[in-house]
Amino acid sequence: MDSSLAIRCDGIGKRYKIGRQEGYSTLRDTLTDWARAPFRRLISRDRSSFETPASELRALKDLSLEVRRGEVLGIIGRNGSGKSTLLKIFSRITKPTSGYAEIRGRVGTLLEVGAGFHPELTGRENVYFNGAILGMSRSEIDRKFDEIVEFSECSKLIDTPIKHFSSGMYVRLAFAVAAHLETEILFVDEVLAVGDAAFQKKCLGKMGEAAHDGRTVLFVSHNLLAIESLCSRAICLLDGSIVLEGLPSAVSSRYLQNLLPSSKEARYDDIATAPGNELFRLHRASVRRQDGVASDPITVRTPLVVEFEYWKLSASASLDLGVEVFNEHGVNLFATGRLGGPAAPAGLLRSSFVIPGDLMNSGTFRVGLMIFLSGVTVIGEWEDLVTFEVHDEPSELRGYFHDNWPGALRPNLEWKTEVVEPLPQLAG
Amino acid sequence: MTTLPSVQNDEAVATVVIRGADSRWSLQWPDLWRHRELLYFLAWRDIKVRYKQTVLGVAWVVLQPLAIALSLNLFLGRLVGKYSGDLPYPVFVYSGMVVWQLFAQALIESSNSLLASQHLISKVYFPRLLVPVSTILSSLLDFVVSLFVLALFLITFHIVPTASIVLFPFMALLAAMVALGLGFWLSALNVKYRDVRYTVSFLVQFWFLATPIAYPSGIVPERWRVWYELNPMVGVVNGFRWTLHGSGTFPAREVAISVCVAMAFFLSGLYYFKRTEDNFADFI
Repeated sequence: MDSSLAIRCDGIGKRYKIGRQEGYSTLRDTLTDWARAPFRRLISRDRSSFETPASELRALKDLSLEVRRGEVLGIIGRNGSGKSTLLKIFSRITKPTSGYAEIRGRVGTLLEVGAGFHPELTGRENVYFNGAILGMSRSEIDRKFDEIVEFSECSKLIDTPIKHFSSGMYVRLAFAVAAHLETEILFVDEVLAVGDAAFQKKCLGKMGEAAHDGRTVLFVSHNLLAIESLCSRAICLLDGSIVLEGLPSAVSSRYLQNLLPSSKEARYDDIATAPGNELFRLHRASVRRQDGVASDPITVRTPLVVEFEYWKLSASASLDLGVEVFNEHGVNLFATGRLGGPAAPAGLLRSSFVIPGDLMNSGTFRVGLMIFLSGVTVIGEWEDLVTFEVHDEPSELRGYFHDNWPGALRPNLEWKTEVVEPLPQLAG
Repeated sequence: MTTLPSVQNDEAVATVVIRGADSRWSLQWPDLWRHRELLYFLAWRDIKVRYKQTVLGVAWVVLQPLAIALSLNLFLGRLVGKYSGDLPYPVFVYSGMVVWQLFAQALIESSNSLLASQHLISKVYFPRLLVPVSTILSSLLDFVVSLFVLALFLITFHIVPTASIVLFPFMALLAAMVALGLGFWLSALNVKYRDVRYTVSFLVQFWFLATPIAYPSGIVPERWRVWYELNPMVGVVNGFRWTLHGSGTFPAREVAISVCVAMAFFLSGLYYFKRTEDNFADFI
């Protein structure tokens, strides 16, 4: 292998056998078929490679990739596109079904912060165990211990069992250990999506440092902004193949334009094959203007209705809907749900909520749906179920400002100006 | 294990080759050696966690075999006590319980070990072999604790060990090896077939009856003896007791059979474990 390369892989494929239980395979197949259909027209490809026996899931298909030493590679793609599987193969958690890969250098894997944390152990004990699990030697942890504790901002409680920690402290301690992992190659999967905003920023800073140190980083994230700011190159996966590659900004914008389904309505007419399970089947999801029809453009001023029609197949189950709305950078704008309350009767039901006008900024937004059983267990989750665009309204370009309005949200807040006290020398 | 300097950073460039559909079998010893500190940490965590929030803590190690030994003594002492040979029946029963406890605990914990670490296995790479092995280490530590009570028994009954005591660690390790060999099998099977969990507790109870703990193996009719001794724990328990008093003949045939069966379990278990470990993360 060329010595300037850290990772080289050739023809990596991974197949999972799927059992018939829980209708899992049919749900998965439906979703991937649906996602892949528009894409076939985009890039012509050997059709036979898409065809899989019903009992198999091809998570990765004949994937080849080279990563140079010191490169920070961002990996984006929808859920189930194979991003995590790829990292799991590179970090040897699982083995590919076919293909060959070579990794040069000591590898650190962060697929989850706090792997192996035990609630009964103290902070100190967990730091040692977690560090050892991530591949640090005892002397290495001894050396960095104080630094780790300082980074985590929980030095006072370090000798307390972590079951007494708040969730924020737990995450900070876990990330502090991970951030001090000094391997030549680092695989990071979506671990920054935890913790409060200030700590996230600190972690991004630490990741940036790792990148500047000349370490090789493979970074999976839904946060396209983080990908753009940290990575030197990006790839986009779709159904287990690399479909886009290049500069992070170019890849992420093409991903948004071409690979996300742009539709304000999703509809499934057959109750047997619609997304869902034995309790719930989705019939229709849509976003429209409150005062108009689906085809009318949505602007920053118009109130929106987000609506779901679904078959509830059990009268006794208490099902709740939870919705998350993301912007084009992968930032979660808000989550909303109707948790608790008496169980609705079985049948075709419609649930909806209204996003008031003068709240959303202009841009592309993605709506994800989660179904909770009894308010706690997630029994169904669909990202990017529907996508909608919000346009500027000419009269809404406030005052003299004619550029994109900054901020994730754009509430039209009422401003007031009043005189508190006139200055005497200017008054008259 | 921990006093050795770490060589992890000193290697020039560690290159890992990953191949799909790889049919070669390898123990990957260098990889195991690199992770030797993790073995210590896994066992250390196991022990720490086990006795947190217990009032009696490590006393549990002693109490369980002691309670069973005492009740056996109470109920069976008069019935089979006179056949217990060179050891008084209470010592006979307790020494059997001590080594049985080592075996049973190691077997139960190791066969459940992979499932208990499923969060680690699906998120981090390390040699999976360390997981069942570490449970054996923590069981051995518990065993050492229970030896103090065994020493009290020996003192109380005026039993002075002879030179035979040097074989004592060997018999304990033999028990651990039988458990580990089966632990390799059962923990790997447990990843795919959760039935194993229910089978193990049943297996252990049944096995207890088929092992000369409450009764001397002499009561088994001669024509069944060879079949009976195929149970490796027969050799382990009888050999273990012999090392305490050293009188009479060493149960050589039983121990020899035991070693052979233990080796067979260990090697086949190791082979099966390494064969299947690549897919643990997919099934767990």
